Amino acid sequence: MNIFVLLKRTFDTEEKISIVNGRIEEAEAEFIINPYDEYAIEEAIKLRDKHNGEVTVLTVGSEESEKQLRTALAMGADQAVLIQIEDQLEETDQFTIAKIITDYLKDKKLDLILAGNVAIDGGSGQIGPRVAEGLGIPCVTAITNITVTNKDALITRDVEGDSELIRTFLPILATCQQGLNEPRYPSLPGIMKARKKPLTKLDLDDLGLEEDDVWPKTKTIEIFLPPQKTAGKILEGDLPYQATELVRLLRSEAKVI
Amino acid sequence: MKRKILVVGETREGKIRSVSFEAISAGKTIAQGGEVIGVLAGSSISPLAVELIHFGADRVIIIEDKKLEQYTSDGYAQALTAVMEQEQPDGIVLGHTALGKDLSPRMAVKWDAGLVSDAISVKEENGEIVFTRPIYSGKAFEKVIVESKVILATIRPNNITPLEKNEQRSGAVTSIVVPIADLRTVIQEVVRKAAGGVDLAEAKVVVAGGRGVKSKEGFEPLQKLANILGGAVGASRGACDADYCDYSLQIGQTGKVITPDLYIACGISGAIQHLAGMSNSKVIVAINKDPEADIFKIADYGIVGDLFEVVPLLTEEFKKIKEKSV
Repeated sequence: MNIFVLLKRTFDTEEKISIVNGRIEEAEAEFIINPYDEYAIEEAIKLRDKHNGEVTVLTVGSEESEKQLRTALAMGADQAVLIQIEDQLEETDQFTIAKIITDYLKDKKLDLILAGNVAIDGGSGQIGPRVAEGLGIPCVTAITNITVTNKDALITRDVEGDSELIRTFLPILATCQQGLNEPRYPSLPGIMKARKKPLTKLDLDDLGLEEDDVWPKTKTIEIFLPPQKTAGKILEGDLPYQATELVRLLRSEAKVI
Repeated sequence: MKRKILVVGETREGKIRSVSFEAISAGKTIAQGGEVIGVLAGSSISPLAVELIHFGADRVIIIEDKKLEQYTSDGYAQALTAVMEQEQPDGIVLGHTALGKDLSPRMAVKWDAGLVSDAISVKEENGEIVFTRPIYSGKAFEKVIVESKVILATIRPNNITPLEKNEQRSGAVTSIVVPIADLRTVIQEVVRKAAGGVDLAEAKVVVAGGRGVKSKEGFEPLQKLANILGGAVGASRGACDADYCDYSLQIGQTGKVITPDLYIACGISGAIQHLAGMSNSKVIVAINKDPEADIFKIADYGIVGDLFEVVPLLTEEFKKIKEKSV
């Protein structure tokens, strides 16, 4: 099985966000593999171990993303591809990234593409389905289970808490939801091995793409922080009194009930 | 600029979901006096079409087909593409639901369009349609404009006010026949797990439990409180990791990001990653034994106490009120 995993480098979930000169400040932040993409890497490794083949992790980003790719290699992926755009593109959107990935993948021999259901920074969840549509292959979003027999895939998909059992045929693209698996931590030998695994760096020229081909179709005009929430009222008295008082406040003061 | 906007209506258990009425309202803003056309696909859906009109759609196009009874990516993509080809709209609005998330990016590629996902507001500012959407799961927000010819957007449930329902509104309901070709993905079975039938993302009231709930059974009093309020139960990552409940209930930066009218956090400490998923709720109540818990820093109302005492007391109080009002 030839499996590609789409990976994104994101802020750690415990990071606070601040804005400097209209942009999200990245200087002090810790970066991780987008948690949903970790499910994708884990599932890809498991499927490869079962069916043989190769796992390639792919990201579009900057030099810094090499660290997250190496982590994926240390988990067990076979090779990595980094498409570097930081010198060529100032602004990107989901169209830009999906177009670059689609163009890279369009002539590759592949059986399965796994991606995260959503990235915890941008949060659009567009890249996976966009790439599938661009490649003309089926897409199944938010999967919590997948079994593959020859070219048959049986997939469980999360639909707002309900689950759907879906039968389809490879090649497909699937986006991974929580509950799919428990991503492994890289082992020490894994980390050692990862240093020697192939990591290919490409840029837009290598893909035959011009800046105009990937010009974003949306534009961010402002980034702002939500108003700071301040601590409200801590109720007092014995608990039955507090319960009565809370219900009264929710009805008469907050007016939400 | 007047625009023609399609709004994809969604049904659940034979009813139109409220997010679709909110999407019509967003569609009106984008249309700027142009036309808003509701689109409904499925089987025996024609009686529902008039509802979209009551909530502001100028007319409705329906696509009746047995193959569209359940949502499939391919089936709906074919149906919506046929409507797009017939109407040549300037934009499409969908709910940011399982359906909207799945379908909208595919439509964006088909129509070479920019797509704003998960918008919480849509406004016209100096001739531009400006969308506001959360990033970093609501730790920040961005304002976005779409620069392609066709504007695509999905809107987050519970954030955009629908138009007042008006049964005097009238409009044409037409149907088109779309030959739905073979579907590449086939649904074999649907397992309904969503508790109480209230979807977490759309619930007006959410009662959520954390590690303090201590066990699977510990969620029962929370479910009772949610039931009496017509709400849904959610959970923190801690509770999900400890296997007290299904991951589909997880609220946070990994998990669902929700904005109910009332969020009741029970035994949740308030880790940053959890706060990202719920801190934009309109009113937050925190119940926790630990007076130092971070959740109190963002709660509108706090009760320091054992959730197993407090939650049943609240359920009783709400029960009394319900009985009085009957």
